[in-house]
Amino acid sequence: MTQIRIPMPGLWHELGRMQDELCRVFGRQGNGAAASRTLAGPGVNIWEDETTVYAESDLPGMSLDKLEVLVADGDQLTIQGERIADAPAGVVWHRQERGLGRFTRQVQLPAMVDADRVEAKYEHGVLRLTMPKSRAALPKKIQVQAG
Amino acid sequence: MADKTLERKDRSDLTQANELADRGITHTPRVDILEDDDKLTLVIDLPGVQAKDLDIRFENNELTLSGRRASRSAGKPWLVEFEPGSFYRAFRVTEHIAGDKIAADLKNGVLTLHLPKVEAVKPRRIAVKCE
Repeated sequence: MTQIRIPMPGLWHELGRMQDELCRVFGRQGNGAAASRTLAGPGVNIWEDETTVYAESDLPGMSLDKLEVLVADGDQLTIQGERIADAPAGVVWHRQERGLGRFTRQVQLPAMVDADRVEAKYEHGVLRLTMPKSRAALPKKIQVQAG
Repeated sequence: MADKTLERKDRSDLTQANELADRGITHTPRVDILEDDDKLTLVIDLPGVQAKDLDIRFENNELTLSGRRASRSAGKPWLVEFEPGSFYRAFRVTEHIAGDKIAADLKNGVLTLHLPKVEAVKPRRIAVKCE
């Protein structure tokens, strides 16, 4: 079941990005509608090994007080925040491609993780999460007894 | 054999974009371009890119930006929505830019390029004297 689900979030994410792109082209009228809209959210990569789940997301130009990472129910990861424009007044815009505004991204993790031990680092505009799996999710060796 | 050498020479003449594309995915970073009286400012999203992996050139009024971002993997992939790789973007600059005064600043995965205009094209305020 889990195997089938893998490509879907990526596909939805791509559609969301296309929607963002269209909104950016047609919706930027300076009436505030674009600014209050919630973006589909950043792309997320997730890996796992036996003991840990790793996640990575591109979030260039964020200030840390506008970035929030939540783990709910052990396997629901939410990354949300807001990127604010810091453009000075009195400039002429020739091109505006970078997304601004609020975003929320929710992903289901491949395993239950221990929310208290999640480590989050923000380096070079990339959010990196290291999430140790909860004890219940770790593989256990069962001793087989001869009977 | 001679053909091969020739082919290789031709290949080395290819633009940087093609070279980068040969090695995998080439991304086009998103950019904002702003202008005021003194300068053009380019703001470019380059998450995961460090200064050492970034090449910025300004030649014949063309500004090119290229580089490569190291990919990271830990364990087996479960969800892959983006792949780090090469990036390339070129801009033709029509304003008269002082090429030797271009300044670049990379912070939190955002590159800011300041392209100051040459003195001659800056609007000049003329003070009117009263006698």
